[in-house]
Amino acid sequence: MRYAMAVDTRKCVGCSDCVVACQTENNVPIGFCRDWITETVDGTYPNVEIELRSERCNHCDNSPCVRCCPTGASHIVEGGVVLVTHDECIGCGACIQSCPYDARYSHPDGYVDKCTFCMHRVEKGQKPACVDVCPTKCLYFGDLDDPNSDVSNALRNRKYKVLAPEAGTKPQIYFLT
Amino acid sequence: MNEELFVSGRNIPNIDPYLNIWHWQIPIYLFLGGLAAGILFFAGLFTILGKEKEMQTTVKWATFIVPGALVLGLIALFLDLKHQLYFWRLYTTIRFESPMSWGAWTLMFITPLSLVWVAAYMKDVIPGWRWKMKILDDFDAWINENRKPVAWVMIIFAVILGIYTGILLSAFNARPLWNNSILGPLFLVSGMSTGAATIMWMSKSHYERMVMGRIDLLLIAIELFLITHMIMGFLAGPSVQLEAANLFLGGQFTVSFWVFVIVLGLVFPALLEVLELVGYKVPVAVPAFLILLGGLVFRFIMVEAGQITRYLY
Repeated sequence: MRYAMAVDTRKCVGCSDCVVACQTENNVPIGFCRDWITETVDGTYPNVEIELRSERCNHCDNSPCVRCCPTGASHIVEGGVVLVTHDECIGCGACIQSCPYDARYSHPDGYVDKCTFCMHRVEKGQKPACVDVCPTKCLYFGDLDDPNSDVSNALRNRKYKVLAPEAGTKPQIYFLT
Repeated sequence: MNEELFVSGRNIPNIDPYLNIWHWQIPIYLFLGGLAAGILFFAGLFTILGKEKEMQTTVKWATFIVPGALVLGLIALFLDLKHQLYFWRLYTTIRFESPMSWGAWTLMFITPLSLVWVAAYMKDVIPGWRWKMKILDDFDAWINENRKPVAWVMIIFAVILGIYTGILLSAFNARPLWNNSILGPLFLVSGMSTGAATIMWMSKSHYERMVMGRIDLLLIAIELFLITHMIMGFLAGPSVQLEAANLFLGGQFTVSFWVFVIVLGLVFPALLEVLELVGYKVPVAVPAFLILLGGLVFRFIMVEAGQITRYLY
């Protein structure tokens, strides 16, 4: 099993609903976020290309945050999802330094926090909050090993990319271009 | 034009607009750890070479700084933690892939070892010193009989400690400035150089100062060589490392790096030491202080600048 997400950059309008849904669902403290929207502008008017991406932890296959964690608080669970055990985290910041996506932040309570792919919802058969709430349905979540999952279907006939592949982390958030 | 911006208004404290999660505590610790490693290395080395008589400051007096430096460094590390009450989690596991984990264990070993080394010299500091417990007196005597094997253990762990201060940073792939394999040896050599400078400053023997001065000169030369190689490596590297090198070659850290680290911290004290070797009278405090200051500033710059370098945004 390999959980992953696909983001259709042609459908995303950058409304930030996914950001607010995540903050509400996961009680993210004010001023912080586990997912965010990035806009890339290429070229000069009138020849401009704009790409909108809903970004979050990439739940990398080769995750530097898990490797550098001195206590084992950052760990990988079934499906390749990277999680942090709060009462094992000492708040040293090593994983924050190690993440090329800056997907982790220091929670005001001391431990390090990040996207969990809403595992508490996925376990119940629901989709992550950001996926469920997206008004343009541009987010696809599921198991890459299952050919009929939403994410496998989304990736089948489209070109896609990942962010900073040169960092060597094998990220698992795919952006349909 | 190519520009990236956060639409959702992501502005997380200490993460955006650029990473600043490690503050003064880390460079202070890296400096103290390097200094301690340097002093312990030379204490061990000259004990093994059987030069306890000629190099008294090196093997004896200077090591009295080490436990204090290591404890201060550990306090700085502790202050850096954001979830401090859980710090003991470091010592419930060993994770070899995490430099911070085996570094924490190294500190847990070398701090008591340095304390034992120093304690066994207490009788030389205060004549007639008694431990008031037979087992402690026996242990003291045992250490003094076995200084050479203990020195070997100490040298090995001093090198691990010194190199760890660099590997701690160089293991982070996501920070291109840190992510080069020369940083470990560079921090080790820089730490040894600060250790040698401290010994030189404390020593009252002309012979010992001459020896440490020559060693320090060699270390400074190696350090300059390694820094040159580091920058050459960046300039031959991918775009993220070119940007990293640019911080020192025209970017925001250019002045502080070249003035405080290269000129005042390495080249100028080396010149003063050469002048001393050819017979001019130079107060030893000047080059020693400059080397220590240069080492400290170097670590502050590397920690600050490294966090700015990144792959995205």
